[in-house]
Amino acid sequence: MTTLKLIARNHLAAFGGIVLLLVVLVALLVPFLPIVDPDLTDPANRLKRPFSEGALLGTDHLGRDLLARLLWGTQLSLVVGAAAAVIAAVIGSAIGIVAGYFGGRTDSLIMRGIDMLMAFPYILLALAIVAVLGPGLLNALYAVAIVNIPFFARNIRGVTVSLAHREFVDAARLSGMNDWQIIRSEILPNVLPVIVIAMSTTIGWMILETAGLSFLGLGSQPPQADLGSMLGEGRKLLITAPHASIVPGVMIFIIVMSVNLLGDGIRDALDPRLRSGALSRPAAATRVERAETPAKTEDAEALLKVDGLRTEFRLGNRAYRAVGGVDFAVRAGECLGIIGESGSGKSVTALSLLGLVASPPGMITGGAVRIDGADTLSMNGEALRRLRGGKVAYVFQDPLATLHPLYRIGDQMVEAIRCHRPMAKQAAWDHAVSLLEQVRIPNAAFRAKAYPHELSGGMRQRVGIALALVNDPELLILDEPTTALDVTVQAQVLALLDDLRRERNLAMVFITHDFGVVSQLCDRVAVMYAGRIVETGPTEAVLESPSHPYTKRLIACVPELGGGRRALSAIPGLPPPVDDLPAGCAFAPRCDKASEQCRKGDIPLEGSEARAVRCLQPEGAAA
Amino acid sequence: MTPALEVRNLRKTFGGGRSLTGKPLPAVHAVRDVSLSVRTGETLGIVGESGCGKSTLARMLVGLLKQTEGEIAIEGKNLSDQMGDPAAFGRLIQYVFQDPISSLNPRKTIREILEAPLIHLLGMDESSRKARIAELFEAVNLRREFLSRYPHEFSGGQAQRIGIARALAAAPRILVLDEPVSALDVSVQAQVLNLLADLRQAMDLTYLFISHDLAVVEAVSDSVAVLYFGRVVEVGRAEAIFTTPRHPYTDLLAGSAPIVGRDLGRTESQAVELPDPLRPPPGCAFAARCPKVTALCRDKVPAMEAFSEHHEAACHHPN
Repeated sequence: MTTLKLIARNHLAAFGGIVLLLVVLVALLVPFLPIVDPDLTDPANRLKRPFSEGALLGTDHLGRDLLARLLWGTQLSLVVGAAAAVIAAVIGSAIGIVAGYFGGRTDSLIMRGIDMLMAFPYILLALAIVAVLGPGLLNALYAVAIVNIPFFARNIRGVTVSLAHREFVDAARLSGMNDWQIIRSEILPNVLPVIVIAMSTTIGWMILETAGLSFLGLGSQPPQADLGSMLGEGRKLLITAPHASIVPGVMIFIIVMSVNLLGDGIRDALDPRLRSGALSRPAAATRVERAETPAKTEDAEALLKVDGLRTEFRLGNRAYRAVGGVDFAVRAGECLGIIGESGSGKSVTALSLLGLVASPPGMITGGAVRIDGADTLSMNGEALRRLRGGKVAYVFQDPLATLHPLYRIGDQMVEAIRCHRPMAKQAAWDHAVSLLEQVRIPNAAFRAKAYPHELSGGMRQRVGIALALVNDPELLILDEPTTALDVTVQAQVLALLDDLRRERNLAMVFITHDFGVVSQLCDRVAVMYAGRIVETGPTEAVLESPSHPYTKRLIACVPELGGGRRALSAIPGLPPPVDDLPAGCAFAPRCDKASEQCRKGDIPLEGSEARAVRCLQPEGAAA
Repeated sequence: MTPALEVRNLRKTFGGGRSLTGKPLPAVHAVRDVSLSVRTGETLGIVGESGCGKSTLARMLVGLLKQTEGEIAIEGKNLSDQMGDPAAFGRLIQYVFQDPISSLNPRKTIREILEAPLIHLLGMDESSRKARIAELFEAVNLRREFLSRYPHEFSGGQAQRIGIARALAAAPRILVLDEPVSALDVSVQAQVLNLLADLRQAMDLTYLFISHDLAVVEAVSDSVAVLYFGRVVEVGRAEAIFTTPRHPYTDLLAGSAPIVGRDLGRTESQAVELPDPLRPPPGCAFAARCPKVTALCRDKVPAMEAFSEHHEAACHHPN
C-alpha cells in the first residue's frame, strides 16, 4: 500500500504507469475489438495514408490494415518482452542466489562462467543464439532472456552475499533449517525487492531487444506481426510511405518510455536507501529557524554557553523533538559530562553546537550557542568553518568512520593544519608527528605514514584525538570517544584525555552513557532524559546523592565490580518516543513517585547554577 | 555428576594449508587448546576483549563452525563429529546473539520466527506449536499481540526477549549468550539479565555468558574463564577470580573498568596492541604488556597451573 502511494507521489512514474496500463488494457482487449484480420492482404488498397476511408492508420505494402497489425503486434511484443524478462529474472536470480549463498568454489565457478557470457557484445551473442536455434519469435525470446541472465545473476549475487553472513541466517541454521529451506524462507524474501527493481528497470530494454531481433528478420516470421518486424517492413518504404514505419515506431517509444518511467518509480519506492533520502545532500550547516534569540546572559567566565537549545527532526508531517530546551555552560579548563541513554538527545546536542546536524531533516528551532560570546547559530558558513576544527574540535565514537581511508594519517593532519593557518608542508608534518607523540603513539614518525586501517581501534582513537588537537582548540567536544574500545584500551585513552586537559587547559564536553567514565574524568555532569537536562551538578555530588529519581535509578542499574553475584535493579518501561512526549515530566510514566502534578505543565530546572534538578519531588527532600 | 558441557583442547585455525604452487598460506589461530567444563545449572562467564577468540569459541560450541581439533560433549554425549552441523546441536544447546534486531529476519513475523525451531528441530504439529509459543511468550514477559508483528517494530530490549524465546523454543539444556546485553541501554540491560536469571532457575538451564564487561559477568556467573589471544589464561570460581586474580591480565582487566569514585587506572600509559595473529609471539602472548615480564615469558608459553581445586591460571609468575 505505502509502496503504491510512493509511486503515485512521483508524477512521472504515475504518468508512465497510467500510459502502460492503457497500452496493456488495449492489448488484452484486442481479440474482442471490431478490427479486421491483420494478415488479410488487399494489394488494390496498398499504402493508403492514415485517416483514409476504412483504414484509420492506413495500410502497408500488402494492403494490410495497419491498425489491426499494430494492435496485434503490440500484444505480441509485450508478451514476448515480459516473458523474456521473467525467464531472465528467474534463471539469473537463481544462479545469483546459489553463487552468493554457497560462496567459495561454487561461487567462483558460476561467476567466471557468467563473466565469460558478459564478455560477448550482447547483440552478437543474441545473433549467435538465434543462428544456432534458427529464426523464429520463440527463439528470439530465448536469445534475449539468455543475454540478460548475467545482469540478474551479478546483481542478486551481490545482495545475497551480504545477506548470507547476517545473524538471522545463523539463527535459522540453529533452528534446524537446511540450506534450501534457508534460501527459500530467509534469503528469497529479502532479495525479492531487488529482483523486482532489476526487472522493472530492464523490461523496457528487453522489449527493445526483441524488437531489434525482429527488425533484423530473426524474430517473428511473416505474416505474423510484431512491432519490430513491422518496423523492418516499413523501413524499405521510408521515403514513399513513412507512416508504415512511424506507426510501429511511435508505439515502441510509448511502451518503452512508460515502462522505464514506471520502473524508475518502482525502484525509488522500493530501494530503502533512496526512500530514506540518502541522495539528498545535507546543507553545510544545520538550518536555523528561531522565533527569537535568547538574550545574552552575563557570564564572563564561560567559554561555551548554551541557552534553550532546541533541535527537531522533521520527517513527513511529524516533528521529532530530539533536543527540547537545553542550557549549560563550560568554562576554560573544565570538563562537563553529558550522560544519557540512547535517544536522550545527547549526541544531537553536541552536533547542534556547531550546526553539524544534517539538514534536512534536522532543524534548530530555538536557543543560542555562544562561544566566547559569539552566537554560532547566526554565523555564516565561512565563520563556522573557521571555528570547526579551529577553536572548537570534535572527537567522534568511531574513528574508522571519521578518518579518510585513502589518505595517510599524517597527511590528513597536515591538511587540517593548513586549512586553518598558513604553514609550510614540512613544518606541518613535523607538528603532526609531535602531536602523535603527545597522544603517546609509539614510533610516531613511522606511524604518521600509516593508513587508518593499519591501526588498531585504540590507536585510531588516539589519532582522532591528535587530529582534534592540531589547531590548539580551546574546546573539545567528545561524543562517546571510548565506547567502541576495549576496557583496557579505554583506560589508556581516558588517562590520556585527562592529562591533555590539564596540560593544555582544555575545556571539554564529554558525551557518554557510562557513569564510571564520567566519575573519572568530569568536573560537572548533566543528566539528559528525552531531550532535556533533568539534573546537573558537580560530578561527585550528583553521583553520591542524586536528586532526580531517574538519575538515582539509572545509577542503581549499573553493575559495579566487587558486588558479587546478585540480581540487578532495572527501570521498568521505556523512554517516551520523542515525537509523542507526555505533558509534564517525561519520566513520570516510569517513576514510582509520580503524582498528578507531575503529569501536567512544564517542570522547570530548579536550583542554583551549580546544582539543579527538574523534579517536583526530588530525592532527599522532605515529602 | 556429568558436567553439562565439557570441552577438551578445542582449537580453530582459519586459513592455512598450501596454495596451488605449494607455498604455505598464512594461518590465524583464533582459538587454541581451550578446555572448559560447566556444571549443570550453573553460569560460566567468559571474559575477554576483542580479538581474544570468544565469538569463534561460541560459534563452535553451538555447531555453527567446525573445529580444527578437539572434542565437545554435552551432558556426556560426544558431539565432536557433528560440529559444523547446528541442527544436531540445536536441541541441546542454543545461541543468543549480541545484536537483537539483526538476528531477526526483517521479513518474517515473530510467530514465524518462533515456529522455525519447533517445526525443524521438534517436528511439532500446529496446535502444539501454538501452545508452546504461548508458553514461551509468557516466560519472557511479552504480550501475545506482538506475535503478528515484524522485528523492526520492537525496541532493543524487546527484540532481545524475542531472541531468548527463540533460543528456548526447542527446550535446549544450555544457552550460549554472546554479549546479550552489550547493545542495550543500562536501564534495559538489567531487565534482560534478571529475566535470564529467572529462566535459568525455572528451567534448570546452564549458561555460557560471554562478555567484555567484568561487572556484568561478576553479577551473573558462578565461575569465570578469562580469554586472551585465543587461550584461556585463568579459570576458576567467580569469587576466587574477582577477589584473588592470579593472572596479571585479569588484574589489568579488573583495574581498567571505569568505576564510580575510583581514580583513573594508570596501569598502561603507552598505547599497546595485541600481538599480530599471523605472527604470534613464541612465548606468553601477554608478555609485551605485562609488568612482571621476564625472559622466560618471552620464550615459553606458560602451562595451566592449579592453585586450588577450582582455580587455574597460565602464568610463569602468578600473583
